[in-house]
Amino acid sequence: MRELEYPFDGEYILKKSKKIKRELLESGTDFLHKKIAVLGGSTTHDIIRVLEVFLLDRGIEPEFYESEYAQYWQDVMFDNPELTEFAPDLIYIHTSNRNVTSYPTVADDAERIDAILEEQYEHFCVMWNKIEEKYHCPVIQNNFEYPFYRLLGNQEAVLMQGRISFLNRLNEKFYQYARSHEGFYIHDINYISAAYGLDKWADPFYWHMYKYAMCMQAIPEFAYNLSNIIKSIFGKNKKSLVLDLDNTLWGGIVGDDGVENLEIGQETSMGQVYSEFQSYVKAQKEIGVMLNINSKNEYDNAIAGLNHPDGILKPEDFILIKANWEPKSRNIAAIAEELNILPDSLVFVDDNPAERNIVGVQNAGVAVPEIGTPEQYIRVLDHAGFFEVTNLSEDDRKRSEMYKANMEREKQQLNFGDYREYLLSLEMKARIMAFEPMYMARISQLSNKSNQFNLTTRRYTQSDIEQFAADENYITRYGKLEDKFGDNGVVSVVIGRKDMTEKALHLELWLMSCRVLKRDMEYAMMDAVVQECRTCSIRTIYGYYYPTAKNGMVKEFYADMGFVKIGEETDGSTVWQFDIPADYENRNTVIEVAKS
Amino acid sequence: MSREEVFAKLNEVFRDVFDDDSITVTDTTTADDIEEWDSLEHINLLAAVEQEFGMKFNMGQVVSMKNVGEMADIIISQI
Repeated sequence: MRELEYPFDGEYILKKSKKIKRELLESGTDFLHKKIAVLGGSTTHDIIRVLEVFLLDRGIEPEFYESEYAQYWQDVMFDNPELTEFAPDLIYIHTSNRNVTSYPTVADDAERIDAILEEQYEHFCVMWNKIEEKYHCPVIQNNFEYPFYRLLGNQEAVLMQGRISFLNRLNEKFYQYARSHEGFYIHDINYISAAYGLDKWADPFYWHMYKYAMCMQAIPEFAYNLSNIIKSIFGKNKKSLVLDLDNTLWGGIVGDDGVENLEIGQETSMGQVYSEFQSYVKAQKEIGVMLNINSKNEYDNAIAGLNHPDGILKPEDFILIKANWEPKSRNIAAIAEELNILPDSLVFVDDNPAERNIVGVQNAGVAVPEIGTPEQYIRVLDHAGFFEVTNLSEDDRKRSEMYKANMEREKQQLNFGDYREYLLSLEMKARIMAFEPMYMARISQLSNKSNQFNLTTRRYTQSDIEQFAADENYITRYGKLEDKFGDNGVVSVVIGRKDMTEKALHLELWLMSCRVLKRDMEYAMMDAVVQECRTCSIRTIYGYYYPTAKNGMVKEFYADMGFVKIGEETDGSTVWQFDIPADYENRNTVIEVAKS
Repeated sequence: MSREEVFAKLNEVFRDVFDDDSITVTDTTTADDIEEWDSLEHINLLAAVEQEFGMKFNMGQVVSMKNVGEMADIIISQI
């Protein structure tokens, strides 16, 4: 919804949230349902109200548990049947510097200050440990914002007795915990309050009147930033930037002005602005954002512009360069199709409001930020949080190379008459194993974002995945695929529940990333599952297909795999049975599967 | 701005905040008259009123305000 996209009018959202919520719920979106426990150290009512509309807008329908006023710690530490029964998918701890119970005084020495620091930290640490042990779900914890006054003036940040020094040290301890605990995320309210303006943010009126940690008007910015982390955890990040060229990546029009007259580089102020923006975009690529071009230009002119000696982005930084005279909406659709990703993973960046409007209207789901003037591009894209990082996995960093390799494969496919011959020429090697610690984050990420090749569309957090791995009643397999063009990383996941009385396996999850479609990886996975079944004397495998708006491509998957349909519900759900024959022969004949 | 104009604008704010087009506020309207108007919704309501009229209530005013009529008096005295 346009009103909820950054940059937004926070006061409008505050005033109209009820109407906005009603409209989003009526929009017919296929929402991902998530249970979120908000444990507050101050009032949380309006935070939840605004957070809800931002999450709905990103396709997540939250159900909330809200702690009683300031009971965040007690709710975790003491028996709490209500919260236990709620079984949160995520716990958010909303604390602020108002919840710091003890600060150093000017009379305290270093040792005493360390002791106070440790005591404040321990208060939180025991709670986090308890959550990890009891609820096994991701946790988002606020850090501390700076106080609104400085007793020691500028020395507050320098002297150990200063509150700013103290909060910086306490924050650093929070970050250390976050770095060493997977599924634990910091919500950086220290940054958000600074960006908003601390004096306005910390208006004491709202604390003393209503026990809000920040002013009412700051809640939309606050809740938006929080919703960025949540949507990232649940696999709703964007994946790709689709960029215009003229007056977006450089000043001027390459076809009219000529390459030598473009504004890029250090000579002019405008040139510097575009250089900084190009550097920002290039850094996005390094965190796994795929870059593509969509520009009305002669192709050769576009390439010439990108080869400008002072430019930072070069043609090879992009996966697809659509420089032509087609409508931009058509190019966007082609980019989504060629990359094999859904249009709602794209962000279109163009200085021209008319082009943004066409794409906004024609390509449902594509984000089309109002990026403002060139000096505002970075701030708008950055604060919009399209690519909020929660797990920086190896796969994210390599994503661009993987997609480029895919393009190479497709080109090569055209040169082969026989498909099997083509597959063999890829020299594919797979590693298919029970879940291992180093891939837990990736496996959870896949379960949350795979929509098309996904038989049951069950979403799992990283702790769920760890529990399956540790549970001997489950068979788990992940598949990693590599070929001569590059490493695709972990691309397929299967989870099956054993029923030893029936000597059967129930497949609760089977998914595969669309980037390895038609590579016979599903056969290799089937072989691996069958092999493990035989090892534990399982004779029958049951498969389940639950239809969603997006997984039509696997409706007949189990039939293709040799299963027999034994049940069908009115909603289209189907149940399939496969009796493992004594002479089962491996289906996969084109991928070399590593033995260990 | 006349008192009538203030009330017309207030009416609009109340309807937006409570998402209910049947609301009509008068001098004597209080939280008891509008089902959703509780102490938590009150905070958002005041913020929306402040935004609409480009003014701010101070703590003393918020604490002592008894009904919509008094709210309108404060608004008129400040714009």
